[in-house]
Amino acid sequence: MTDTPKLAPAFWRGFRHGLPFILVIVPFGLLFGVAGTEAGLNLAEVMGFSILVIAGASQFTAVQLMSDNAPVIMVLLTSLAVNLRMAMYSASLAPHLGTAPSWQKSLIAYFMVDQVYVMSIQDYEARPAQSRGQKMAYYAGICAVLCPQWYVSTWVGAVVGKAIPPEFALDFAVPITFLAMLAPALRSLPHVAAAGVSVGVALALAWMPSGLGLLIAAVAAMATGAQVEQWQNRKRAA
Amino acid sequence: MDYSKAEIWLIIVVLGIGTFFLRYSFLGLIGNRALPEWALRYLRYTPVAVLPGLVAPLVLWPSATQGEIDPARLIAAGATVLVGIVTRNTLAAILGGLGALYLGLWLIG
Repeated sequence: MTDTPKLAPAFWRGFRHGLPFILVIVPFGLLFGVAGTEAGLNLAEVMGFSILVIAGASQFTAVQLMSDNAPVIMVLLTSLAVNLRMAMYSASLAPHLGTAPSWQKSLIAYFMVDQVYVMSIQDYEARPAQSRGQKMAYYAGICAVLCPQWYVSTWVGAVVGKAIPPEFALDFAVPITFLAMLAPALRSLPHVAAAGVSVGVALALAWMPSGLGLLIAAVAAMATGAQVEQWQNRKRAA
Repeated sequence: MDYSKAEIWLIIVVLGIGTFFLRYSFLGLIGNRALPEWALRYLRYTPVAVLPGLVAPLVLWPSATQGEIDPARLIAAGATVLVGIVTRNTLAAILGGLGALYLGLWLIG
């Protein structure tokens, strides 16, 4: 590796840029550990989620539907739907990292968490002269600081969670976490319209078997967002 | 939760594999080609399409109150969204929501 000296600064820049997100990842991981345990999963199962899936929002979705005893297929479809956005991340990283060897792309894919993606793509666009190796090093730097925190905080939440009394109303930590992830994303009319349709259809179809109403609501909401965006574009063009 | 151990691990493993392939998809299989515009337009809205519908029943009919509407939890949900929109910061929204929840539970009971 003749270009090793150039990789270290990119790695450490990524590491530094990842540090503030510890404040998000740790409480989120703790909450997942608590929520999973409260729902009735044992330590190995809670850790199985955080290590094999490593995608907070979909893990919460799965646990929520599982505590409603939704059919297995509904749990899977709805939780995977939450992760569809990652196909978009993958598409947008492809021009930068798509030529890497498969084993490297597998690692990139495994660690493709929201914060890692957002910070990396911003860095690649801000510093277009970087080699692929430097881009990889930056990505690895963020993962190195964030991903271990996810495992450890999940573990702590799962172990400590049982000791937390019901007066703390931790049942409501899950809705609050979802709303908190969601609210900053309500940044344009199409986003707000999609969210509104999602709420309306999900509530109207709440009588359906668990998960099915939500799946229909999500598809309707995605179509709404896309449609409103197109109307706006046409209006701007006209 | 009444799933067998096998069903729980089936969910974990299939969700893990499925998530991996969503993440690997374009990076691995399509290489440098970009997604068609209409697909990107749909995918852009997945988080705001799924999460609100998931949360709405939990906010309106919380299981902790046996599905009764609970003012403290409604206020907490409103506070979370408000802080999140104003600060654009997830952590601030979580803290704001939990603060409102405990304040509400303490005041209203």
